[in-house]
Amino acid sequence: MGDNMKMRAQLKGGLVEVKVLMSHPMETGRKKDDFGQLIPAHFVQLVTATLNGKTVLEAQWGTGIAKNPYLTFRLKGAKVGDIVAVTWLDNVGASATQDIAVTAA
Amino acid sequence: MQRRNFLKLILGATTALLLEPLNALAALWSKPAFETTKIKEATQLLEIHDEISSTDIQIIAPDRAENGAVVQVEIKSNLANTEAIYILVEKNPTPLIAHFVFSADTEPSLVTRIKMAETSDIKVVVKAGTQFFTRSKNVIVLENGCG
Repeated sequence: MGDNMKMRAQLKGGLVEVKVLMSHPMETGRKKDDFGQLIPAHFVQLVTATLNGKTVLEAQWGTGIAKNPYLTFRLKGAKVGDIVAVTWLDNVGASATQDIAVTAA
Repeated sequence: MQRRNFLKLILGATTALLLEPLNALAALWSKPAFETTKIKEATQLLEIHDEISSTDIQIIAPDRAENGAVVQVEIKSNLANTEAIYILVEKNPTPLIAHFVFSADTEPSLVTRIKMAETSDIKVVVKAGTQFFTRSKNVIVLENGCG
């Protein structure tokens, strides 16, 4: 699962900035392959982020999020060493989770 | 969104996925709102109403995007009690892009990358308390990104 997500969480000016890059095709279901066959929809639908196990962000996504989704969000009141985790679930039932400790910028 | 159900199901995701993957997800995800082709219908399905135009919402996106497949958008709400941010692209085949819900410990701001099929407004809706606020930013798309 580790290859599915790259994460960074840095304390900057009182806020922890979390950057996430997920590896996912985000297929809309409207695109055709080289043989003219429709490529089935395959996209992340739900994303959740936690800080030390407590949910801080929840998202629902459609097919309009770009391939290999990128997300930045910012947390108040988090400190160096706190654990930020992100989980995604896609429309075919696959999921991935990654966590990282907050570091000083 | 049923916040409590969402949390419960995310926490029990592993179990839920083993039992009945597609149904478990379908119960959480706002399928009709994400699948509709009309922006008005999407906002209605999300129960967004009486939107107030607001400059307290900041949208940073390019004026012209070379490639609609990847358009970086930064959104920040300066509205007190911002709970949720919705992103819609009026002229996309399915206009609803994303829906973010923030806890009180999370800054109501985000950066993400979206697809744009053609030149269109990016419409952002912010839910603050019981009210809805909105702001739009036009992006000229030179090459379509929705295939």
